[in-house]
Amino acid sequence: MGRVSAPPDRADGSEARLALAETAPFGFGMFPLGVAFGLLVVQSGLAWWWAPLFSGLIYAGSLEFLLVGMLLVATPLASIALTTFLVNSRHVFYALSFPLHRVRGRLARVYAMFALIDEAYALTATRPPETLSSRRILCTQVLLQSYWVTGGIVGALAGQWLPGPIDGLSFALTSLFVVLAIDACRSGQDLSDPALAVGCALVAATVAPGQMLVVAMGLYVLGLLARYRVTLDREAARA
Amino acid sequence: MPSTGYLAAALVTAATITFALRSVPFAALRPLRGSRLIGYLGVHMPAGIMVILVVYLLRDVTFDRSPYGLPEATSLFVTVGLYVWRRNGVLGILAGTALYVLLVNAVPPLAS
Repeated sequence: MGRVSAPPDRADGSEARLALAETAPFGFGMFPLGVAFGLLVVQSGLAWWWAPLFSGLIYAGSLEFLLVGMLLVATPLASIALTTFLVNSRHVFYALSFPLHRVRGRLARVYAMFALIDEAYALTATRPPETLSSRRILCTQVLLQSYWVTGGIVGALAGQWLPGPIDGLSFALTSLFVVLAIDACRSGQDLSDPALAVGCALVAATVAPGQMLVVAMGLYVLGLLARYRVTLDREAARA
Repeated sequence: MPSTGYLAAALVTAATITFALRSVPFAALRPLRGSRLIGYLGVHMPAGIMVILVVYLLRDVTFDRSPYGLPEATSLFVTVGLYVWRRNGVLGILAGTALYVLLVNAVPPLAS
């Protein structure tokens, strides 16, 4: 740790404002999805306050949607545990490059790990770690969770009056990840990363459609490891 | 209607496993911190992971029959176009999403 690269946390305001500006596009995707989740909770006959409890304590969107359906048919806890494991196991890979070492404070680190959703990973791992302050990372994560939880509360409370969620709003998430993919590819040297990723995703969709995310991400990490190995061998041959 | 006790137990189960999946790998990977391999993965993972998430979100699009993925393709073209042209990600996302909602709701032949 010889490098003194940490910029001191700037005044609270400017870091929070930066986080707000950066998370805003995610808010446009996550808030409406949260509303849809809240609607689903009350339309399924559960009390409205289950929506903020789920979003506050589990905080994993796709799993929460799945879970509501499973709870209604009294799915055994063991099945719920297995489904949770399979749907969320992709998060294992995020520890490889999420800048947790930039977060200061024990509780803050626990929260940073708890709130490590796809969107939080996307906003932090695609930036050079030395440009991210502890406050910036935490503000980003707290804001993201507040969009999701608030959306859930609004949806659950409005559930009695609204006819239903609007078709197609979740497309905001797709366009969001496309923009982030363009960002991430721009900072890379060539297009071999996205090409490898598309290959892995298509293979996973064919062999394991039910577990596409986990299988695709696993294949991708394996592919990167193999390429890293080849790079090392080439260097050794040159030396 | 499921009992409150069952719902609470399910909530705790899902929350505990999700937190474990997000936190345990950090401790498990600690010995590798600062290694060249982790640096390599840190550079090359984000782009691929984002691309995989995009393909995942588009997995149910049908290209071999109506609407042939046209709403998705058109909307993403608008999103990417605006982002590359105006350098404005939010504008691209909002315009692309608005167009998509319009296409699947207001244009009967395109509704899936």
